[in-house]
Amino acid sequence: MFRPTTLFATSTILGLVHVTLAFGQTPTLTVYTYESFAAEWGPGPQVEKAFETQCACDLKFIAVADGVALLNRLRLEAGRTDADIVLGLDTNLTTEAAATGYFAPHETELSALAIPGGWDDPTFVPFDFGFFAVVYDSEVVTDVPSSMEAFLAGDPSVKIAIQDPRTSTPGLGLMLWLKALYGDEAPAAYEKLAQRVLTVTPGWSEAYGLFTNGEVPMVLSYTTSPAYHRIAEGSDRYKAAEFSEGHYMQVEVAGMTTKGAENPLARQFLDFVVSPAFQDIIPETNWMLPSAATSKPLNPVFGELVQPKKAIALAPAEIAANRREWIDEWIAAFSR
Amino acid sequence: MDRSVQPLTTWPQRHQGMRRPHALVIAGTVAAGLPLLLAVFAIAGLLVQAPGGSLTEALGALSSDAYLWRVARFTVLQAGLSAIISVALAVPVALALSGLLADGVTRRWLLVLFAVPLALPQIVTVIGITAVWGEQGAITQTASAIGVDLPSIYGLTGILMAHVFFNMPLAARLILGALDTVPGEYHRLADQLGLSGFSRFRIVTLPVIRRSAGEALALVFMLCVTSFAVVLTLGGGPRATTLEVALYQALAFDFDLARAVLLTFVQLGLTLMVVAAIGLSGGDAAAGDTTGLFRPVRARRSHTSRLSFGSLVLVLATLYVAAPIAAIVLKGIGSVSADLVVRADVRDALATSLAIAFASASLAVVAATVLAMAAAEQAAGRQFRGKPGFAEQMALLVPSLILVVPAMVIAAGWFIGLRAFEMQASAAPFIIVAVNAAMAMPFAARLVAPTLRASAERTDRLVRSLGVSGWDRWRLVTWPALRPSALAAFAFAMALSLGDLGVVALFGSTDLVTLPLLILRSMGSYRSSDAAALSFLLALLTMALSFLAIRLARHDRDGAAS
Repeated sequence: MFRPTTLFATSTILGLVHVTLAFGQTPTLTVYTYESFAAEWGPGPQVEKAFETQCACDLKFIAVADGVALLNRLRLEAGRTDADIVLGLDTNLTTEAAATGYFAPHETELSALAIPGGWDDPTFVPFDFGFFAVVYDSEVVTDVPSSMEAFLAGDPSVKIAIQDPRTSTPGLGLMLWLKALYGDEAPAAYEKLAQRVLTVTPGWSEAYGLFTNGEVPMVLSYTTSPAYHRIAEGSDRYKAAEFSEGHYMQVEVAGMTTKGAENPLARQFLDFVVSPAFQDIIPETNWMLPSAATSKPLNPVFGELVQPKKAIALAPAEIAANRREWIDEWIAAFSR
Repeated sequence: MDRSVQPLTTWPQRHQGMRRPHALVIAGTVAAGLPLLLAVFAIAGLLVQAPGGSLTEALGALSSDAYLWRVARFTVLQAGLSAIISVALAVPVALALSGLLADGVTRRWLLVLFAVPLALPQIVTVIGITAVWGEQGAITQTASAIGVDLPSIYGLTGILMAHVFFNMPLAARLILGALDTVPGEYHRLADQLGLSGFSRFRIVTLPVIRRSAGEALALVFMLCVTSFAVVLTLGGGPRATTLEVALYQALAFDFDLARAVLLTFVQLGLTLMVVAAIGLSGGDAAAGDTTGLFRPVRARRSHTSRLSFGSLVLVLATLYVAAPIAAIVLKGIGSVSADLVVRADVRDALATSLAIAFASASLAVVAATVLAMAAAEQAAGRQFRGKPGFAEQMALLVPSLILVVPAMVIAAGWFIGLRAFEMQASAAPFIIVAVNAAMAMPFAARLVAPTLRASAERTDRLVRSLGVSGWDRWRLVTWPALRPSALAAFAFAMALSLGDLGVVALFGSTDLVTLPLLILRSMGSYRSSDAAALSFLLALLTMALSFLAIRLARHDRDGAAS
């Protein structure tokens, strides 16, 4: 669940580096991640506790705004990083991240993975995943679309807030979703979509804030968003619409840096990431789906969420090669 | 680069016979140069890491980039309109405020209210504005209930409305600061001469307003140029894209450092052109030799027609600013709980915010005072007559340019630079304070400069003939006159730093979390009621600080009168 909330006039590419003073006592593992992962209410504190009980080490999180900022942090450090592990990139970024040469192969046993469509990336280990979805306010929206086609053709006076693919991962996700469904016809789909859009926000937070404030009855978010409102707020007002064509999938990954390859704790951590001890924490702190087996069944609320019939995903290499051109296409369609 | 500031040192040749303190001029040059250095080092840092040849390549791409030029045009358009509307509305508001009793309750509370937009994160304000004017907003719904369909705010309208909300109070505060330097005797004399409202405005008020409104116009323009979240969110779509978005794309998604640097220069260049076009017109207003102790408020109150217009202006301005704040407060007040206030991360964020804001505001006010004193010294050098010299004009403009250097560029550049010395962690708090101070300094300078100038104009010859100089002059003459403005500038700078997300968000994280950052994080993790409660606390804190500053200034005036 990395939310490039970000950007605010001034978005974020950096976080504060801890000075790691290792005097040879407890071995340290430094993990770069995004802010909402390391936040007090995020998975970070529990992950730290769980790993430290099994490694007799000190796990340090260093947080930056979002996944894009994580990659840029490494680029700014130009190979002289403190990170052993980078946790929180997603499949939109893995090709570029691998191309930097800052990552080492994971060599982790991944048989426990439960990612739709399987996983064969030699560099990155998936730690959770989610599906993008149109989330709606059930007190306002009565005519719930059952497909992307129906959604695009729906009542233009019932609006949605979406995110900008230039600045936001969910925004990019929606664009890729439409690209995957419509291919060369995508610009026509964007134009239809534009009719239903109230506004395009720089990050997930602005759009979701407008949505929960009642300004707009639909928002682009995740199939798991309603789980938060059910479990943390006891409200079933917000629901996700299931689209028959399938939902675009976002997979979040962890990778080991070339520096981390020298630290035995880094490999141990990657094994830990796909183990139940880590996976148990994810659903109700990161509000995403576990990428591997958990030790106990998930909260029943997760079973009542939209379960996409089909997981849609474009290949990371294809995204990296075409992103810029596709975004230009998107801008042109939305500017008409 | 520093050429603009150097001429400060040239006045002794023009005024032989009078000895003027060189130290002040040097200190003023340093104060003006610091923000510039922050920007220059950052840009140098980015260029060092940019691959060789990428700069020329990016330059080639830039000239033929239609998207970029469309974005640049829109940036200037929205910032220009925002600045013009904000200042045009701020002038009557400032005039009406200056007509109120200086120590009166109304004026005091309005100034407290006007500080709030400075400190709230843009995302919070945008949601507050939509709660009033949006599709489901209170006013939109009320209007449609009585059969009036208000047009949608999404588009240029919404951008301008938000920018006016942010900047009208700021511009009004700056113009009011200049109006407050008009000695009461002028109004008294105008009364005795029976000047009509218009003549009084033209002769007494206009010269002051022209200068301060021109400066406010330039500052608001600079603030709006870098607007990003407001423009995208309320602009409705990619038609409303500013250069900052292109810059974000270049730096974050493409990691094209050379292009980021070039875009920064495009932004700086456009701003300079516009600011030059605004021109620091507005001649000089003579402060006169009066002591400014008389405040003929009662005489002005007899102008009932003007006053009622003034009251109307104030009521409308107050409603406009207060409504979104009220929406934020109403949402937040219900979400505040004892658990939240005692939460460790909330307490830490509060302490961090206050510490950073206090340090930044202190630095900003000291630097602004030094700068303004150097400028006043310059004006004294030409005996407050004729046109201000180039250096005097540039003194306040040059440090303001830091406002249009994207925080992202500053943070990335300094990160690269500090990384080379493994200092990026230990130096982060200092960089954050320095950048916040540099960003607040242009505003602080515009609050203290008119006061210092007026004080110098009134007292310069006398104190020289009495041989009062150095510390004694500061203690006996300058500080007593400056104190109310310095306190106002301090509160202003503190509010600005409290609300800053930019550099804190860039450098600060696990260890350095401020209140706005915590608000943003909460919003980014579904925790909107926490975010609402924290926004309410932030608004409350800002109001308390402004209130305190105004009380201290008032106490000081009471003390001086007795």
